[in-house]
Amino acid sequence: MSAFLQLEGLVKRFDGVLAVDRVSLAMERGELLALLGPSGSGKTTTLRLLAGFDTPDQGRVVVAGEDVTAVAPVSRRFGMVFQHYALFPHLDVRANVAFGLESLGVHGEELDRRVERALALVDLAGFGPRGIAQLSGGQQQRVALARALAPEPRVLLLDEPLSNLDPTLRERTRREIRELIHRVGITTVLVTHEQDEAFELGDRVAVMRGGRLEQVGTPDELYGAPANAFVAGFVGQSSSAPVTIVGPSARGVRILIEGVEWDVDAPGGAPLPPPGPAVMLVRPEALRLTPPDPAAIPATITSRRFVGPSAVFTARTDGGATLEVVAPPQSVPAGARVGLMPSRRVGGGIHLFPPDGR
Amino acid sequence: MKRPQVRLGAAVLLVLLLWLVAYPLVLVLLDGVRGPSGWTLAFVREFLARPTEWEALWGSLWISVVSVLLAGAIGIPLAFLFARYDLPGGRVLGGLVALPAVLPPLVGVLAFLFLYGETGFVSLLVQRVLGLTEAPWRLQGAGAILLVHAYSMYVYFYLFVRAALQSFDGSLLEAAASLGAGRWRTLWRVVLPQLRPALGGAALLTFMTSLASFSAPYIFGGGFRVMPTQIVATRLNGDDGLAMVETLSLTLLALIALWLFRGGVRAAGEGAGRKGAAPARVPVRHPAARLAVAAAGWGLAAVLLLPHLTLLLVSLVPVGTWTIEPLPPAYTLRNYLTLLQDPVRAKPLANSLWLATAATAAAVAVALAGAVTTARRAGRDARAIETLLALPWAVPGTVFAIALATAFSVHAPWVGRVILVGTIWILPLAYLVRNLPITSRAILAGVRALDPSLDEAAATLGAGRARTLRRITLPLLRPALLAGASLAFVTALGDFVTSIMLYTYDTRPISLEILSSLRQADVGVAAAYGVVLMLVSAAVFAVGADRGSAG
Repeated sequence: MSAFLQLEGLVKRFDGVLAVDRVSLAMERGELLALLGPSGSGKTTTLRLLAGFDTPDQGRVVVAGEDVTAVAPVSRRFGMVFQHYALFPHLDVRANVAFGLESLGVHGEELDRRVERALALVDLAGFGPRGIAQLSGGQQQRVALARALAPEPRVLLLDEPLSNLDPTLRERTRREIRELIHRVGITTVLVTHEQDEAFELGDRVAVMRGGRLEQVGTPDELYGAPANAFVAGFVGQSSSAPVTIVGPSARGVRILIEGVEWDVDAPGGAPLPPPGPAVMLVRPEALRLTPPDPAAIPATITSRRFVGPSAVFTARTDGGATLEVVAPPQSVPAGARVGLMPSRRVGGGIHLFPPDGR
Repeated sequence: MKRPQVRLGAAVLLVLLLWLVAYPLVLVLLDGVRGPSGWTLAFVREFLARPTEWEALWGSLWISVVSVLLAGAIGIPLAFLFARYDLPGGRVLGGLVALPAVLPPLVGVLAFLFLYGETGFVSLLVQRVLGLTEAPWRLQGAGAILLVHAYSMYVYFYLFVRAALQSFDGSLLEAAASLGAGRWRTLWRVVLPQLRPALGGAALLTFMTSLASFSAPYIFGGGFRVMPTQIVATRLNGDDGLAMVETLSLTLLALIALWLFRGGVRAAGEGAGRKGAAPARVPVRHPAARLAVAAAGWGLAAVLLLPHLTLLLVSLVPVGTWTIEPLPPAYTLRNYLTLLQDPVRAKPLANSLWLATAATAAAVAVALAGAVTTARRAGRDARAIETLLALPWAVPGTVFAIALATAFSVHAPWVGRVILVGTIWILPLAYLVRNLPITSRAILAGVRALDPSLDEAAATLGAGRARTLRRITLPLLRPALLAGASLAFVTALGDFVTSIMLYTYDTRPISLEILSSLRQADVGVAAAYGVVLMLVSAAVFAVGADRGSAG
């Protein structure tokens, strides 16, 4: 096996409730994987199983061929950045960063050098004597990173590392973290409920729900070919409407929606459901607004919100569905009668799933 | 991680607590229904048949209820005054108002004796001014007890309510105002419901303290009966069985009170850690109003400080020189010198210090062990440990003294009984058991406030259990440990109720020496002891509070 870090069939129950359900993952050395999911999806529990704070009921954690499932966190040599950083408030920056090195028996000049190097890595050279309370949130976050990285752990675990930063700082920090992790080349698992964060940081993203892995793949794969309705809905923006699948067509597949027939690209990823009732998840950019037209679904614009240079219009179809469409901001006023058609651009954006959502 | 060790530690602790806390009480229960010739209800019947027993029980109950009302009537308005209004000198006054807390019960009683007793300071003054031929009042009976209780216990209401008002979210008041609620409606519907936990907590604490109160009834009671003094008297008469039944009745009363108040206490725990800024203090602007408020405030402070000052004054008076003059004719440091130089007189001071130190160290160790093994664990043994740590609080001091005296006066190692009564170990043990609730409450709160991810962070950084405890947990717990230790130390140092039942000549503590000095009419030395107790208590509190907030 070439994988550096492997999770094999991890199962964890709390009081009989399944928190993690047969999770298996394999990661290359130096890869950054983002565990993405809503709260209660089991992503944090998975991370805690990795760190060793909890022991799985079944399954194994393997690092570089060594089974560490039963190894205590103390001897696991996994670095972790906690959601609220968990910096030791009574120790200064230097002592915080030195803490893990001291466990390894590093001392004297060597210790000073490595602490300074870790601080330089996160752009905090010279911050050693500062107290934790004197630091800004962003600086605390970087100290937490330096502390976790200083003992040169085998794996780095990040628990919602950006959730405590204000939004303006978040984007910049995200880039910095990505750069840093790639520079250090450490195998990293990140837990987040923010799709943007997962997509920008992760080489691959693992989407979790109800303790299970729904899909693992690159951001492109998840967006372009979601494995099921949950992933399609959770990743990126989309709106949904009930449709009927008529059958294959010249372009891909023919569907019937509110009495109008559309010929759309066959979506990748999940296999096409059989003809009959289905659910359509559609990205806002996969639809376009037209004047009322027999080939378009009749709808009324209910609201509009700005997204960068364009706007997302919310349209309520006469059939009662709510669909979102991207268009230039001034296209139509609220309340206007419009038609909705698939965008002319070829390339998906419309996904079809069985009606139960799976 | 390392769960077996924690479980083993919890088991050892549980056994220790069962032996020290629960077992003696069970023995009391058994001795109440067991005579020389087997099981008997004779003592219970005797108890039920005696009107004096009912009188004492009823006395304890109504004194406690009235004490709660009086303490509330003084403490609550004071708390509002200092929390809501920016008074001239308000900060200093706000601190002074809490001063009765540094008077150990017996010392407070002593000060009241010097102030309002038959030959007391204030009594003589009133007698002189009104031209009376004898003292204007007698400091005796229920009135005297209530006076002392109101003075020493309003502090609970004051501190609890003031803390609640300070953590009160000011935006709630603004929200109420914006919804058109007037002053009274806001007070009634918004402020008071928020204060309920504080009021409940203070009322319970006051009730339990007065129910257990021994010093005031013992010195001032006269013919007035309350249960704690009744128990001691019965025991001195040698009616051990009856004393056990009395003990049970008092325990029962305490437990019923605890049960009735349980809602308020639980809410008090939940109310902690509320967010939001306290409403700004309202400045008093009008010059006349400022003057009036300042005068009233400082006048009040003077009244509250009178006992402390009186003690100090009396401690400086040479023996036998001060008889009928309103102020002493001569001053001396002799009493303090006696206390330090005379080996017989210095012994109790040294005794109290080492007894309190030993008991405090042990209480902190047990409480820390309890907190570490029970925090963040929900098992049955964790709950049992917490209950046992808190139990001595619900049981009046007299009861525990009796229970320990009973349990450890027999040599029967195979049932966990050894003779400790009459040895130097019984008093530190009694102080330890009595201090477990306050100490463990402070330390448990500290442990619970620690972020559990700090432990986990230390683990991911390769620190073992010992290093984590030494480098992370203990340094962060220092404020809680100091707070717990200072409370335990001050309580043990001033203890009277357990000491009087368990002391030996070699371990006689300050409180007993104060009592015997008083009996020998050596008031100067008694007052000097009182001043020393007061100063040490104040210093320990100050250190505890200071270090506590610095961390």
